[in-house]
Amino acid sequence: MLLIPCPYCGPRPELEFAYGGEGGIARPADPAALDDDAWGAFLYHRSNPRGMHVERWRHVHGCGRFFNARRDTVTDLFACSWKVGEAAP
Amino acid sequence: MSRVAVLEKGWIGGGNTGRNTTIIRSNYLFEESSRLYDHAVKKWEALSQTLNYNVMFSQRGVLMLAHTVHDVQVFQRHVHANRLNGVDNEWLSAEEAKEFCPPLRISAGMRYPVLGAALQRRAGTARHDAVAWGYARAADALGVDIIQNCAVTGIVRDAAGAVEAVETTKGKIRTPKVGVVAAGNTSVVMQMAGVRMPLESYPLQALVSEPIKPVFPCVVMSNTIHAYISQSDKGELVIGAGTDAYISYSQRGALHVSTHTLEAICELFPDFRRMRMLRNWGGIVDVTPDRSPIIAKAPVKGLYVNCGWGTGGFKATPGSGHLFAWTMAKDEPHPINAPFTIERFRDGHLIDEAAAAAVAH
Repeated sequence: MLLIPCPYCGPRPELEFAYGGEGGIARPADPAALDDDAWGAFLYHRSNPRGMHVERWRHVHGCGRFFNARRDTVTDLFACSWKVGEAAP
Repeated sequence: MSRVAVLEKGWIGGGNTGRNTTIIRSNYLFEESSRLYDHAVKKWEALSQTLNYNVMFSQRGVLMLAHTVHDVQVFQRHVHANRLNGVDNEWLSAEEAKEFCPPLRISAGMRYPVLGAALQRRAGTARHDAVAWGYARAADALGVDIIQNCAVTGIVRDAAGAVEAVETTKGKIRTPKVGVVAAGNTSVVMQMAGVRMPLESYPLQALVSEPIKPVFPCVVMSNTIHAYISQSDKGELVIGAGTDAYISYSQRGALHVSTHTLEAICELFPDFRRMRMLRNWGGIVDVTPDRSPIIAKAPVKGLYVNCGWGTGGFKATPGSGHLFAWTMAKDEPHPINAPFTIERFRDGHLIDEAAAAAVAH
């Protein structure tokens, strides 16, 4: 079980959290302007790296807030986490 | 095509082929899926003869338990859809399910009572290691080079963008065609050719108990409380757990995920409560957004990909291999795998088995 560093509450066990998928994917401002390839890529294509991954978590059984984190997908160790709206460290 | 090399980073059968729970079935909802998986089941039925190697294919039946009214409706819909597609599947009452699988508990006092079950009698299990060895021996006899301990480090493209060669830890191999079959590492390998995939990789766990005498006659799955179990010919209970919530390449899963499955097993089969688990391991599975696989030409000339089998690829092994070989040799898909493209995620023609089953499978 992961120990996840919530930037609001501190480190808590994984059971308190919900995974929110890859982070840093902005919804296109004008979807109608995109062609099918770009829209499909926005919806479905993910970087899925073997290494550092930027992802979102939500502390559902704690503060209830979303935040961002960077984790190594080979060791599962978190490098850092930061609040929504802050710049990535 | 007769000059073929298989490049394997580790050893043949050391990845997910040897890490799965060996269940084979074809009771999928949609027409595209039931054609694909039943093509595989038909090949399983002849595979020991074809390979001249006993893969211990045992059509002992797969029982899928219904615990809620919703389950009952969904599984009965599956039964009807399967039968219209020529795939055997039948509905059993709880009492009939217990008769088919005597260790099953069906008492009304259970938190999730068994209300009935769907049974595919042609489904079952096979010995996964034997499948790997049988295929390796048969391929070797046809002149295929199987190169183990040889990791692919790059895919070289020519000026026009077509595949020209692969770089490996043992040197460069020139080839006009490359087929990527890398399971959980598909995104990583495809990235070498500059292709971004609609995939995410998760750890999936399985575990086996201490070996005991034959007590368990079939395969039982419960999607709702998330358990699946069968007994191997060695006597071990083979149990499949779920995936972790987050992407990972760690080849191990969290303890609370396997504990959750064992709680469900103990609820359904109280006889097994005192048994000890011998081994627990994880494999990395590549999951598509609609939980259906991709067997297709990639958007790079000469590059093909067979991936996205998610939590259930072993069952399709002979069909998947046959259709992928067809696609590579003819440079066009077989009618059965034609719907299973990467482009379905652009065009919206999803084969949404995820919504159909509402669970990993």
